[in-house]
Formats: sequence, structure tokens, C-alpha cells
Amino acid sequence: MIHLRHFAGKLILGFILALIFQLGNSAKAQDGKALFTANCASCHKVHERMTGPALEGVEDRWPDKKKLHAWIHNSAAVLASGDAYANNLFNEYGKVAMTPFPSLSDKDIDAILTYIKSVPKVDPSKKDGPTAKAEGGDNTLLFGILTLILAVVAFVLLQVNSNLKKLSDDKAGVPAHEPVPFWRNKAYIAFLTIILFLLGGFLVVKGAIGLGRTQNYEPKQPIFYSHKVHAGVNQINCLYCHGSTMEGKQANIPSVNVCMNCHMAINEYKGEKLFTAEGEEVNGTAEIQKLYKYAGFEPGKAWDASKAKPIEWTRIHNLPDHVYFNHSQHVKAGQVQCQTCHGDITKMDEVKQFAPLSMGWCVNCHRETKVQFKDNGFYSIYEKYHQDLKNGKLDSTKGITVEMIGGTECQKCHY
Amino acid sequence: MKAKADSQMSINYDMENKKYWQSFGELNQSEAYQQSAKDEFQEELPFAEADNKGFLQSVTPRRDFLKYLGFSTAAAAVAASCEIPVKKAIPFANKPEDITPGVANYYATTYVQDGDVVSVIAKVRDGRPIKIEGNDLSPVTGGGTSARVQASVLDLYDTARLRFPTIDGKEVTLEAVDKAVGSALSGLGGAPVVILTSTITSPSTKDAINQFLAKYPGSRHVVYDAVSNSGILLANEATYGKKAIPSYRFDNAKVIVSLGADFLGTWISPTEFSKQYAKGKKISNKQTEMSKHIQFESVLSMTGANADDRYIHRPSEEGLVAVALLNAINGQGAAGIKDAKLKAGIEKTAKELLENKGASLVVSGSNNVNVQIVVNAINEALQSGGKTIDWSATLNYRQGIDADFVKLVDDLNAGSVGALLIFGANPAYTWYDSKKFVDGLKKTRVSVSFNTKVDETTENCKYVIPDHHYLESWGDAEPKSGHFSLLQPTIYPLFKTRQWQDSLLKWSGATTDYLGFVKQYWLGKLGSESAWDKALQDGVINPATPATATGSAFNAGAVANAASALASAPKSGKYELVIYEKTGVGVTGAANPWLQEMPDPITKATWDNYVIISPALAKSLLGIDMARSGDADAYEVHPPKHVLKITAGGKSVELPALIIPGLQPDTIAIAVGYGRSEKLGKSVVGSGKNIFPFVSTVNGTISYTVSDVSIANTGEKYEVAITQTHGSYDTSQGKRVEVMKEMTLAELKAHPDAIVKEREEELKPFGGIEKFEKEGTIYPHFEKPGIHWGMSVDLNSCTGCGACVVACNAENNVPVVGKSEVLRGHEMHWLRIDRYYSGDVDNPKVVFQPLMCQHCDNAPCENVCPVAATNHSSEGLNQMTYNRCIGTRYCANNCPFKVRRFNWADYTGADSFPNNQAGEINDVVMMMNDDLTRMVLNPDVTVRSRGVIEKCSFCVQRLQEGKLKAKRDSRKLTDSDINVACAQSCPSDCITFGNANDPESAVSKARKENSNRLFISLEQIHVLPNVTYMTKVRNTEEEAEAKHEGKKEGAHA
Repeated sequence: MIHLRHFAGKLILGFILALIFQLGNSAKAQDGKALFTANCASCHKVHERMTGPALEGVEDRWPDKKKLHAWIHNSAAVLASGDAYANNLFNEYGKVAMTPFPSLSDKDIDAILTYIKSVPKVDPSKKDGPTAKAEGGDNTLLFGILTLILAVVAFVLLQVNSNLKKLSDDKAGVPAHEPVPFWRNKAYIAFLTIILFLLGGFLVVKGAIGLGRTQNYEPKQPIFYSHKVHAGVNQINCLYCHGSTMEGKQANIPSVNVCMNCHMAINEYKGEKLFTAEGEEVNGTAEIQKLYKYAGFEPGKAWDASKAKPIEWTRIHNLPDHVYFNHSQHVKAGQVQCQTCHGDITKMDEVKQFAPLSMGWCVNCHRETKVQFKDNGFYSIYEKYHQDLKNGKLDSTKGITVEMIGGTECQKCHY
Repeated sequence: MKAKADSQMSINYDMENKKYWQSFGELNQSEAYQQSAKDEFQEELPFAEADNKGFLQSVTPRRDFLKYLGFSTAAAAVAASCEIPVKKAIPFANKPEDITPGVANYYATTYVQDGDVVSVIAKVRDGRPIKIEGNDLSPVTGGGTSARVQASVLDLYDTARLRFPTIDGKEVTLEAVDKAVGSALSGLGGAPVVILTSTITSPSTKDAINQFLAKYPGSRHVVYDAVSNSGILLANEATYGKKAIPSYRFDNAKVIVSLGADFLGTWISPTEFSKQYAKGKKISNKQTEMSKHIQFESVLSMTGANADDRYIHRPSEEGLVAVALLNAINGQGAAGIKDAKLKAGIEKTAKELLENKGASLVVSGSNNVNVQIVVNAINEALQSGGKTIDWSATLNYRQGIDADFVKLVDDLNAGSVGALLIFGANPAYTWYDSKKFVDGLKKTRVSVSFNTKVDETTENCKYVIPDHHYLESWGDAEPKSGHFSLLQPTIYPLFKTRQWQDSLLKWSGATTDYLGFVKQYWLGKLGSESAWDKALQDGVINPATPATATGSAFNAGAVANAASALASAPKSGKYELVIYEKTGVGVTGAANPWLQEMPDPITKATWDNYVIISPALAKSLLGIDMARSGDADAYEVHPPKHVLKITAGGKSVELPALIIPGLQPDTIAIAVGYGRSEKLGKSVVGSGKNIFPFVSTVNGTISYTVSDVSIANTGEKYEVAITQTHGSYDTSQGKRVEVMKEMTLAELKAHPDAIVKEREEELKPFGGIEKFEKEGTIYPHFEKPGIHWGMSVDLNSCTGCGACVVACNAENNVPVVGKSEVLRGHEMHWLRIDRYYSGDVDNPKVVFQPLMCQHCDNAPCENVCPVAATNHSSEGLNQMTYNRCIGTRYCANNCPFKVRRFNWADYTGADSFPNNQAGEINDVVMMMNDDLTRMVLNPDVTVRSRGVIEKCSFCVQRLQEGKLKAKRDSRKLTDSDINVACAQSCPSDCITFGNANDPESAVSKARKENSNRLFISLEQIHVLPNVTYMTKVRNTEEEAEAKHEGKKEGAHA
């Protein structure tokens, strides 16, 4: 019996290790992706030229990695240094300077580069669907099947072992006990119970943690408003509609009169075909008509703004009442890109909740994100940190994170 | 040298031996007091296991446990399977340009109530005002507020407000009521119309009234103040030829003598006076000159509690005291005063006044014309005119003449008044002969009320057109001549109400509404639209150049007569009654739960009025000897108090008795403002009795004293909710002195380092003041980079008024718990003002100490929390995280300052199940949970649910907002970015808040400049509070004398 226990112990350990390994792996891959979407995606694609060059093979193109890092941190400085490759690139792309990203650490950049390498080239003739699935789906299922097969093999081997032992015992004349069938074998039952308990516990805890969280929530809205068309295709700045993002706690939903600024003139949709999440085609012009109904506007006549009725959008991002979140703190003071939390909004037709909006997610970001320590005059009062950065006590590449100035303390968000 | 050493010794000796006490129990160290000091929470814990019968026999046996377990599992499963509700996000249809959702707008406006005027700023979040702040641009109030001003925002959301016009109590439209009143007025046939109001300070409203009166010949405007100041107006008419109140300049006075005037609490313009008074009390290491305040009174008022010297006399002697003071100043001595102490006091006071001629001020709270004439003569003798009494600008807060109203009541009864239009006055409650007034009102053909609620007068009026709340109104006010303050609406009217000026204009046939009228008025004065806009934005229009103080010609003719009238011995019975106004509730505040729950500065009682009696009277009348510990316990520990029956002039009232030291032994006092009509809201129900009927007219003015009352013990008892003994505790040292420090000015001048030395001595075992922080603990020392929040509270300028308490309620969504919960010690105030007595039990000294969470850097609450729900921030805040809190209350138990509050019930309606405590919690609390009332909640502060601890957060929401403002502008944080609610509201600037790491911040400077007075409460227990206090300094010599005596006694023993 002893070797059996030993084996079971090993099996559980292996199972847990596999689980941890998997979770760790997927987390790292997501890092680069998130950073890419947040910082690079508005100008770069991996395989296609956009505002900036396609990033596939970027590491091979640059003479050395340090320069590439310097370029990403501050492209103007590299240009000024007279680097030939950099200046060629600059001229090739219509002398549009690349936004500097001083806040990205070398580790962040490496994560992005790793991500870029990991993106497979897609044949444009094929549809996006299946590839996206393969990319997105991790290997959980594969490992699961493998574990199951191994478990069955181990079970069969154990049975064989016990039979052989019984045979050898018979031969040796050792009096044998009545064989216990495996479904009444206490070791098996205990083992199974532990497995079930762990699995059940895992699922319950996971479910409980997920209570009230609505990642990927994509409700149907009263008007099929496509962010892809507005912010993506037509490149309307986020702040045009969500103006108070820089001033206040809420990134307000634009009022009808903001919509009408443009839609008094634009009354039909002529762009690419639009589809709902379920795949139904949407008539863009009809959606504009819905807006007119709310606005009380008849094309061709002067608009009386006082007749407008507010549009009842379905709220997607819901924070609990005991959480204080301020947009201007993040976007204006912290210089965080909208996409960091809202995902690649320029590619979404109807918006879905990109981030889990869980406390862990918030805290992780606060641990890793650097504040605008040198650029923002507010932080000049942290003399000690400035001193430590100068004399090297603090790693200047790591910078001062939100956490270091108290950004993970309770009353930064709960009061 | 030896003499000096001796005096040093005596200071140390006396500082240690001076006894401070909050209750008689504490004074006597009675058994029950000691017991209560040991028990953190008043009631027994509901665990029955403790009775040795074992777990299974206990009230909650195993089966119940399993039932609860099953239920909670099932409930959790049900809750888990619930769908997350779909929420809507509804933007504006057309966003107004000046509104950014989630960002507060601030509008300057003016608090106007019964003649009181305070320039304020209303904080408006998403279209609804949620907090009132003082307007710094006003030179009159200088950014100060009062408890009443702070609480006024709650009145806007009062569920008892009348929501539509009525005729005979039935709802009608505005058009219908206009038509009905119009035809009624035109059918008067020449009978006069009377407009009855409280004092109106608005110049445009006066114009509108005149315009209306012009249309109805023979009509008049009668001003009636519930608490009258006729005496002073008439006295000034007699001596200065002006029926007005001059500006007082308490800031210019080195010696202030008040003859019963509660000028810091209720008299004329307390907010303004507090600001001025505080200026004279501000001292520092370099500047040690401070004003001296001497109070003569019969009942311990808040102002009296702040006095440096205080003398008590019988209420009927107020005239004698005034005359004696005048005589003493004129060098004739205080003849005619029998009481030796009082006589010596008057003579000493006269001496000090004379020494400070031209820098002294005498005021009197009496409504007796003769007393005020004598006081005018005193001020004239002291050459106060043009210095501390300024006739260049008059105070317009009170303009009512009592005789006018008496005549009106007679006219009403004679049936000679055709129509009575009432605004802001409520004589059916506040007039002593209420029945006569109501009878007269009923005889009047047309009665119109513009009051906002169905009060005692309004319910007798035929037509009611409720006025807007001031936060919904346009208007102007002139509290002090030449100083204007404007009103602008901060919210769209909530109900079908209309400004009363609009009604007047409409009925006088004007075509403009009142907004047009007031704008036209000011365009005429200011000249341009832009000047009007600027004035609205500032909220105040100040004189271009501050007027220089001027005196006024004095006519001494009336003085001799007045003096002789007063000197002829007044008759009085054994017991006398003083009718006073409470600092918080006042006359009209009983319907406001915040004011009701604010403990009275002196009695610390809430939700009731009562008879205040002296310890001596308690002994003779009730047989309660406060010096005997058993008696003190019986009186103090149990909330039921003896009910006394007070009878005078055929009227009687039964009220519970509170024993308060500092009263003239044969004087009792009762506050007005209670015993209101239940139509005014839930918070007046069962709250006190009306004492206005005891008021009478004496020599043409109303007298608020009754010189002969009889008192009888009914043998019954009534519970009064008093907070003063809640949360008391004991230290092993047993010395409460450590919490608060006080010294005399003489001591401070002689030994500026006395406090520092005392602290040094105390901390010597732990390395002295310098090394104490690091060496006095086994915990590691933490760096304080960046910001470190700190607060400094100057006990010398704190008057105990309670504005901060109510400001804190409003800012931090602090719940109202109702009388029943206060009785159980469940009050929730984050900030309390502790009142300490010391010295003579019959005339004690009083010190007020505002006490909030001290945000200890080495906080004892933090390391006992099993779930780390309370912990420390890098900025020095002691943070409380409600969602982590599981309600063990270990933190409250371990807090040496007793500032943590536990939510025993769902006071603010935060639980998921609405109304789950209906019938269990007080009706007032249920009212506070009404959707309308909840509009006052600050959306940036979590509404706490049941079962969690809460406490002062240093207004962390304001700190975060201020920091963000600086970050957005990419600059250093400055003092102007942040201010906590209590500091903002304080009329005497006693609280300073800021970044203590910044040497330029106000708090750092305050600490540095007052290092001699700086002390830290309970410093030696090494909790390292971030709140520092400055020692109370009393400008008196009395202390020294008392000490001398005390020492002698000590020698005998």
C-alpha cells in the first residue's frame, strides 16, 4: 500500500505544479499583449504597415537591441544622435515622430517584443475566426486529456501491479486477503474524495471571486453605436466625445448635442458593412435615424436642441459603490492610455468590458505602473526618492511605481 | 533666584494637581463612573454561553447553529445565482456647459434665516447642493459658519416641506391661489393689509414690500423677531438717536465685558463676533498679548464658558449689575451689590475697563431698554465709540420692535386688519400669548402664509404659498450697512413653491418677476451686467474702502432715569427662571435632525429641552448631593432624570432637570425652540416642551426672565440623551489632565517653556521629546516621504460652538441615530467637542476640546484588527476600510481617544434590503433614509452599512481631490488645495490642517510659532498622533489665588 500512497502524492503534486505552470505562462503572454494594445497598437500592426512600420522582425532590423530600446523610450533623442537607420526610417514615414514611451521599462519592451514574435502571420485570404481561436485558446484541454490518459494508464498499471503481487504471493504461499475491488478500495476512495474536494473548492472559490464581475460584458445598446467606425475608421479623438475624462472622475457619455454636432450633416452610413456580435447585419443609416428620433431632428430642418431626449445606454463598466475611481487621475495625471483599461476600442463595434475590473487587476497595475515622477511637479516633494534615484539607490529604469508613493493603500480608492 | 525656583515648583505642582472633570461621577471617582470607564460598550454582549450552562443549553444551541448555517448557505446560493442587474447610463440630452458630471461646482449664495445672514458657498454636485461652506470674501463673517448654517442644507431636503400652494389646506395651483388672493385683496374695501415678517435685511425685498404697500393705502409692514432685541434698538434711539444696532468690534477690544450676552453662540451675529473674538485670542511664542473677557451672567452660557473671568448673579439683578458697573467706572464703587464676590468682581472689572479706555467693550444681552441705556453710558464713559463700537455701519440682523407686534395683535383682535401676509414669522408658536394671536388671525378676512412648512401659524392661515428654500432663491441681503451679500439658486426648485417676493410683486401688479426685479435693482447700483455677474460670482458686494470706525453723539439725558429705574430694588421670588436660546437648535432648528443630535455645548444633551438647575438646588430640592458618589451615580449613570414642574403666572410646564454647575444657585433655565407642532417633521415628535408662554412683556419690551417661579418635584422621571459621559475611560495613571492642557496667561508669560518642560519631564524615561519617537517604542521607525498630513487645534480660540460637528456630519455622511440610540451611547459623530470643568463646582472654568481621530502614527487600533481593516497610510492617515471590517470592535476598545464609532444598525439605508429595520430604528432615522433626504449625501463618501466601524478620515476625499488638482496642474501641493470640513466651517479658525512635511504650510507654521503651547494628547503612551493641540490660556489672575489657597490647605493636611 505504501508505494501506492507515494505514487498518489506524486500525482497530486504534479497536477498542482502543472496548474501553476500553466497559469504563470498565460499571464506572461498576456502582459506583452496588453502592453502592445495599450501603447503600440494605435500606430503599429505586427504584419502590416500603418502609421508606423509593421513590427514583425523589428529586432532583426535594428543594429542592436539597446538602440531599439532607446528609440522606443525617446525617438527624438536617437534621431538627434544622427543614427542613420533611425533617420532613414523617420524620412520614410513622412517625418512623423514616434511618441516617446519613457514609462515603458526594458522589461516591458522585451515583453512586447516577445509578443510580436509570437503573433503568427495570418493569410489575409482566410477568415479571422479560426486562427483567432487557436491563438486565444490555451493548452488546457490538451493537458487535461493528457493528464486523464496518464491517470488511466497509472490506474491500469496499479491494477496490474496488484494482480502480479497477488500472484507472487500465491506462489510464495503468503496467505492472501480477499481481494478488495477498486471501488471499495479505501485508498482510491480517499484519493478521489481529495481530488473532488480540490476541484470543487477550486470551482467554488473561482465562482465566488467571479461574482459581480462582468468581463467581456457586451450588452445590446439602444443604438448600434460603433466605436470602430468613429474612433477607428474616422479617427475621432476619444476626448472629443468623452471630454470630462481629463477633468473629472467620470469619462462622461456624450450628450445628444455632441452627437448632433457631426450628425446634423452626416445622415447616412456608407462605410464597411457592420455586424452585431451575433453576426446580424446592421443598417448604419437606420441607426443614425434612431439618433435623430432621440434628438427630435428632421433632416433638412433646423434642429431645436431643447426637444432632445436623453439616450438610455446600458452601462457596461460598473464599479461597486465603495470604490472611488477617477478618470482624470489616470488619464491626465497618470498619462495612462484609454486602451490600457478599455482594450482596443478602435476595433470594437459595440463596446465590451475588456478588463476584469477586479481589485487584483487594479492593484497589479498600481504595482507595475510608473508615475510621472520627473515630469510632474507634484512629485517634487518626494525629495528622498529623487535623491535615491540620483545616487542609484533606486533603479532609475524601474522608476517610481504607483505603489511606492502609496498607491496600493486602502484609502486611495476606498473612502 | 530662590523665589523664581519656588514659583517654578508651584507651577509644576499645580499643573499636576488641577482636576478636570466631565461629569460629577468623574469628579468624585464614584463606583459607577469607574465601572463605566472600564466598559467600552454600555450594554452587555448578547452571548448567553457565558452563564456556565455550556454551549448546548445556551440560547443559540447546536440545532439553531445548523439552521443558520443551512440558511446562510442557501441564501448565498440564491444570491450567487442572481443576475447582475442591468444598469442604465443616461447622459444629458443637452449638457449644460458648466456642469461636468462628477465634478462639484461652487456657487456663492447667502444663508438667510430669521434675520440671520451669513455669506456662504454652496457645493453643488451634479445639480444638487450637498454642503455649505463659509465665503472667505465676506469681511463680515470672514468665511466662518455656524452649526445652523452648516445644517441648513438638510432643510432643503426636508420631507416635511410644504410641496404646493394650498387654500384651506387643499392643494391648488399657483394660478388658482393668485386668482383667489387677488380677488380677496381687492375685496377688502380699504381695510389695511399688514405684512408680518421676521427681520428683512434685503434692500430689494424692502423695495418690493414698499411697492406692494403703496398699492394698499393704510397698510404697513410689521417686523417681529422671535427672540427680540428691541431693548437695544430703543436704547440706542434714546441715547444715540438711532434705532439701530452699531457694529461691534470685538477684535479691537482688549477687555470685553458681557452682561449676559451670549455673543459667541446666539446674540445678534455670533459668527461675525466669533471671528473677531478669536483674533483677540490668537497668541504665539512672540505675541503673548491677548484680550480679556469677563462675563456676568446667571446661567452658564457658551460665551460664559469661554470667559477668562466669570461672575454669577440673579437674573433680576442684571440691572443692578449694570448700574453698579457704571458707578464703579465713574469712581463711585459698586454700591448696592450685596454679594461680596460679585461686588469685588464688578470693581475689579471696572478697574480693568478703565485701564483700557478706548480698547474695551461692554455688551449686554438684556432686552430691557434701561439696562441697554446704562450699558451705552458705560461704553460712552469708556470712550468705546469709534473704536470698539462703530456707528459707520449698523448691524441689521434684528429690527423688530416688540410694541409694534403687540399693537398688531390688538388690531387683529379688534378686526381692523383686512389681510395679514406672513413670511418667516411664526407667532402662533413664538408669541407668549399665542392664543390671542391665533384668535386675531382667525378674525382676519385674508390670511396668507409664505412659510415653507405647515408650522403653528401657517396651519391657521387660509392661503399658503410656500417660499423657496434659500438655496433655491434669488435675492440679496445687507447684514451690515454697506456690506451686501447675494443669493442665487443652486438647484431647480424641488417643489411647486414660489419665492414670496414673486407673490408680492404679482399682487402689486408688477410685470417683472423677482429675479428681474432684484437684477434691475442691482444693475441700477452696479452699472453694468458684468459687474452684476462678478457680484453674483463673489456672492458679496463690499464697500470700496473699509469705512473708518466712527462714534456717534451721545445723549446722556436718559441715563439717570434708566439707572434709577434699575436701582429701585426689583422684586423677585425665591426661584427665578431664565429662558434662553440654544446654540444649535435656536428657535427654528428643532425640525433639523443634525441640529437636534448635535450635543449642546454646555449640557451635551441632545433631542430635548430641560430645566437646568444648579448642584445646590439639586441638593435642596431633589436631595441629590453631587458631592456624594452614590447620588452622583444615581443621577448621572442612568438617563432618566427627575421631572420638575415649573409654575409661574398660572402657566406650568413639566421638564426633566439637568444639574449643571455654574448657575446662580436659585436660578433655573429652559431653552426655547422645543415642543413644536408634529407637522414640522419626525424630529420634533416628542422633543421637549414649549417655554415661550412663560415670556412676558415688561415695560414695553419682552423679558426672557421670570422673576418668580415655583418648582415642584413631580416624582416622575424622563430620559434625556446626554453624550458627555459616553466613551469615558480610565488610564492606569488615572489622570485625565493628560488629554488636555490649560494654563493662565501669567504663567505663560513667566514661564514660556512650562509646557515644553512638562512634556520633557514626562518623556524623559523614553529619551525626551527629541528622541521619543524613535526610542519610545519597540516598533521600527518608518520614513515619511512626500506628504504627511497634520492638524493643529488651538484650544485657546475654540469656543465649543459645534459648527465643525455639523460640518463633519454633512461632509462625511455621518448618520443621525435618533434619541433612542444616543441614550444607548450609539451616537455616530466623528468629531465631538469634549467639555471639561475645573475649579469651583459652583462657578467652574470650562475648557472645550474638539476630539476627532488623532491619526496616530503608532496607532493602537491598527494592530488589534484581525482583518487589517484599519491600517496606516504612507501619508500618516489611519485608514478605515469598511468592506474589510467584520465588526469585532477591538479597535474601538483599544482606542485611547474613544473616537471610533460602530454602526449598530443600518442608519443610512446602506443595506441591500430596503426598510429592513422599519419599526426597529427611530422614525427620524427612517426619515433620513427617504429618497429626498438622501439627496444630501456626499457621493464621494461611502455610505456605511451595518456592522462596521467608522471614524474621522481627515476628509480623505478632499485630500485626494486636492492632490489630484495639484497633479493635474503639475505643481506642488499648497494649502489652498486642501481643507478639511471642520477647519473650513470654524468661525474662530481654531483648526489648521495641511502637509506637516512642508515647512511652508500653515500647520507647520502654526506648530512652530506656538511651540510653547503645543502639546500632544496622551503623548507619553507613544501613539504619535498627527493631531497636535495648543494649550488653552486663560487671561486671569484668579487661578493663582486659588492655587495659593489650595497650597495652604495642602499644608494643613
